[in-house]
Amino acid sequence: MTRLRVVLVDDHQLFRSGVRAELGDTVEVVAEAGDVEQALAAIDLHRPDVVLVDVHMPGGGGGAVIRRVHAERPDTWFLALSVSDAPEDVIATIRAGARGYVTKTISGRDLADAITRIADGDAVFSPRLAGFVLDAFAEGGTSSTSADPELDQLTPREREVLRLIARGYAYKEVARRLSLSVKTIETHVSSVLRKLQLSSRHELTRWATDRKIV
Amino acid sequence: MAATGHSLTRRPRQGRLVAGVCAGLEPAVGVPVGLIRFAFLLGGLAGGVGVFGYLAAVVLLPEADGAVAPTRRRDPIELAALISIIIGGFLLCRSSGLWLGDVVGFPGAVAAAGVALVWGRPEGRAAVLGPVGPLRVAVGVTLVTLGAAAFLAATGDIGVLGRSLVPVGVVVAGLSLVAGPAVGRLFEALRAERRERIRSEERAEVSAHLHDSVLQTLALIQVRSGDDREVQRLARRQERELRAWLQGRDPAGSVETVAELVEAIAAEVEDDHAVRVEVVTVGDAPLDDRLRALGLAGREAMLNAAHHAGVDSIDAYLEVEQDLVTLFVRDRGKGFDLEAVDPKRRGLTESVHGRMERAGGRAEVRTAPGEGTEVELAVTRHP
Repeated sequence: MTRLRVVLVDDHQLFRSGVRAELGDTVEVVAEAGDVEQALAAIDLHRPDVVLVDVHMPGGGGGAVIRRVHAERPDTWFLALSVSDAPEDVIATIRAGARGYVTKTISGRDLADAITRIADGDAVFSPRLAGFVLDAFAEGGTSSTSADPELDQLTPREREVLRLIARGYAYKEVARRLSLSVKTIETHVSSVLRKLQLSSRHELTRWATDRKIV
Repeated sequence: MAATGHSLTRRPRQGRLVAGVCAGLEPAVGVPVGLIRFAFLLGGLAGGVGVFGYLAAVVLLPEADGAVAPTRRRDPIELAALISIIIGGFLLCRSSGLWLGDVVGFPGAVAAAGVALVWGRPEGRAAVLGPVGPLRVAVGVTLVTLGAAAFLAATGDIGVLGRSLVPVGVVVAGLSLVAGPAVGRLFEALRAERRERIRSEERAEVSAHLHDSVLQTLALIQVRSGDDREVQRLARRQERELRAWLQGRDPAGSVETVAELVEAIAAEVEDDHAVRVEVVTVGDAPLDDRLRALGLAGREAMLNAAHHAGVDSIDAYLEVEQDLVTLFVRDRGKGFDLEAVDPKRRGLTESVHGRMERAGGRAEVRTAPGEGTEVELAVTRHP
């Protein structure tokens, strides 16, 4: 099996080498980039399977990279990687188009798993992201100007899945716990991701506009 | 009051116009400095009483070391009352004969109001040359001009004004053409200097903080570089501390909500046992006895995982709902056979189950050998 090709975007050289070392041979890091322009050039040149992108960078963070790449090449997958715990950063990056979010303390093996999942078109929710989403989609309060109410609510099953992820369960463990297939869990999580990206719930738009991203 | 070295009435070095009497009186009298100056000016017009009062104050009041504290903002009604008092005093002076005559008195009062307006300090700002609202200046200058015009009109010399206005205007225009750009640059330089000072103060504060925290930790990490667990513990603690600082929280601040309690307990367990405790919280609620019991039972569960599970990471998840608060503590470690727990090892039974039952909640432990352990704790919010 050919290894997945990855571009690593982070303004800290030290951190890039750290991630490269952690990932080892599990994926092929075809290029590194230290800012938005370098990232756009590298992605254009290498056409990677997955781009690992830092949320915070000088001259526009991961959100800027994602939006500019997606304008031309919407089929590029992004995984956001950050030390930031602030919900508005995370939500804004997801709404810009990232398919997942993990914190930089993630182990090399878990990161490789997450990259594989993203390359398959699935979504990657860390416990923290699941917590943010449950918070943002808390029952009650929806947008009054909602065009599509379905987007503003999580189904009870989706809520259940997110709760287990927030509790530290891996997808496989969630599946076993709920007696569902891993595929079904992935479908639920992807559906939550879609709602997260498209919903006009005011909690989400507030978080997003805090970062001047809509 | 004087015997106790009453420190308020001093003449400040900053924010003074003449000798700092009015600025010094501001905090003591509790009236904006502009109004005090206005009162002194009126007093000066009213037969020179204000001038003598001012000179006496210069002699009597000591000079202060620093600037005065800014005064609080006044509401409009209070201001109106103060202005009425001053005008009342003014009229009293007039009727009691301490008066230079209407020709000087009234135009002088109008002009004095204008001066007070221009030189007053908006919102307790210190510097005399500080940013004065353009509106204040415009209104102030208009009042001074009106006062002067009224004086000249009253003394019959208004014709002089018309004749001299043109040459004066020409001179003023010429001067501003010559000196304007230079004055503008001077103000720009002052502003730049001020910005730079603020920036360098901020930099000093950040670097002081980094020095006390991050650099110390890095030094400790170098010393302990052989001891992985210790290095990790130091790094985690520093991370928590720095995050709290960046978010403007006081890391040693008081714990008032259940989410804060769980975070604090997790931090304590991390510190004492060199494990990572990943805390995720959804919702929050103010602490009460039941939630405190929930947190302490959670602490017991975390300690249990840290001691027996053989893992380096524990997940804690707190969810506050409308009427239920649930805390999950989970590890992926060894797990154990619930039936076979030594009755003497009362940790889980007593501290977790007992505590939760007394608080009117419940505890559930899910585990099996090799399967990790999850402790679920729940209390209702409203009994």
